[in-house]
Amino acid sequence: MTDSTSQPPHDFLPTASIAHLRFRAQLLRQLRRFFDSHGFDEVHTPVLSSETIVDIHLEPFQVVRFADPQNPAVGPIGYLQTSPEIHMKRLLVAGAHSIYQVGPALRSGESGMWHNTEFTMVEWYRRGDDLQSGMRLLAELAETLLSAESTQFLSYQDAFERHVDVNPHTIETDDLRDIVIRTGQWSPPPSIRRDDLLEYLMSERVQTQLGRDGPVIVFDYPASQAALARVRDGQPPLAERFELFFRGIELANGYHELGNADEAERRFRLANEHRTFQGKPALPLPTRFLAAMRHGLPSCAGTALGFDRLAMLALGFKDIGQAVPFLADRA
Amino acid sequence: MATYNTSDFRKGLKVQIDGDPYLMFECNFVKPGKGNAFYKCKLRNLIRNTVLDRTYKGGESLESADVEEIEVQFLYRQGDVFVFMDNKTYEQYELSTEQIDDGWRFIKEGMNCSTTLYNGNPITITPPNHVELTVEYCEPGAKGNTATNVTKPVKVETGAEFQAPAFIETGNVIKIDTRTGEYVERVRT
Repeated sequence: MTDSTSQPPHDFLPTASIAHLRFRAQLLRQLRRFFDSHGFDEVHTPVLSSETIVDIHLEPFQVVRFADPQNPAVGPIGYLQTSPEIHMKRLLVAGAHSIYQVGPALRSGESGMWHNTEFTMVEWYRRGDDLQSGMRLLAELAETLLSAESTQFLSYQDAFERHVDVNPHTIETDDLRDIVIRTGQWSPPPSIRRDDLLEYLMSERVQTQLGRDGPVIVFDYPASQAALARVRDGQPPLAERFELFFRGIELANGYHELGNADEAERRFRLANEHRTFQGKPALPLPTRFLAAMRHGLPSCAGTALGFDRLAMLALGFKDIGQAVPFLADRA
Repeated sequence: MATYNTSDFRKGLKVQIDGDPYLMFECNFVKPGKGNAFYKCKLRNLIRNTVLDRTYKGGESLESADVEEIEVQFLYRQGDVFVFMDNKTYEQYELSTEQIDDGWRFIKEGMNCSTTLYNGNPITITPPNHVELTVEYCEPGAKGNTATNVTKPVKVETGAEFQAPAFIETGNVIKIDTRTGEYVERVRT
């Protein structure tokens, strides 16, 4: 959480200085030039929608879409997007080729040094890309915007072997729990999921070591962390998902996109089961999105990048408030 | 007893861990784009003053600690026991030398301090930031030496020794900063 107890007297002021915001604008110009020169079209999809991605850990804001101004509390529920994913994929199904978007995404409960409830997300999709070409495009963008010479590629397994000294795919869950307990900082409850333990070690032990000398892309995640990435058969099966890290901070997440509609629906239902188990409401299945998937999502890779964080790191700052005009608690 | 859910976590929260009261003085929210939210907290033990690094997963909770700060007056010391009185209720509280820690060096009878109560019992004492104490004994200083960079030990009425400039004499009143234990100035009386 950022410092809210010692609010300065002038909380009408922006959290970032005008000079830093000008730098941010410059970065945005660079970003648009990058996509321009790679033949991408910029698109704008709805922020408010009747559908949302069903994810265990993403909490969309709900809005009442009222019709009668005298009864603004009555009407169907709409969701503010947690990412533009479902609409951008609908565009791909309809024939779009290479598209990108820069716009707001909102996630309830996410605020801290590197999180702001409302943030600027850059998301792009390119038809024909697979894991390799999707990662290469992300690396090229990272090098351009972070003025880096090269990007390091590291499999999820290599990253864990290097920094935790275990194979994340084969280690027993009990042994994983022991490692977490030995850190002395978190006592996982008995009902903990294996992925919770992996995610904890990823953020505490692995990620903090990544990207000291330049951007690092981690790929081939456990199949259980696939979200909407394609899973490649093998021993073990691996999710064709990749993430970009710089100076210990996660900047982007991408997939060689899952094309199978039934599998997407199965994963949404599974996410809802976990949500219910955690005492959170299940979210309605995004039916138009699933219909589009059934129609056929072309083979493609897609990536989402947190622009505010990128600006924060490019400016050499530690707090996201220094890179956005107004943090959510001052908005 | 109230409980705080991770979504209530913020700087300044007073919580209970393994029976001890802690002040959450740092709390950072971290969350992978796809994955669990974690709250990385730094907590100060209000009794021992030690610092604890703890991480909590979104949805976990902590019990609140019944901690309050009150104004008390130092009444007297009896052996290893220091006796204070609540200025509002006149209730008396006893603290051991261990609980008082360094505080004995600064407090004299009748002085107002603040104390932290945990479940109604005092756990620490905080003297005012500046206290004025009479020098009971020191070696005589060289006449006319007003330099403040030459210091000598002086013994004050609490029985403690502080470093003070050479010109300070027995009977002078000096001002001490209790946060650093350093001499501030001579008080004209």
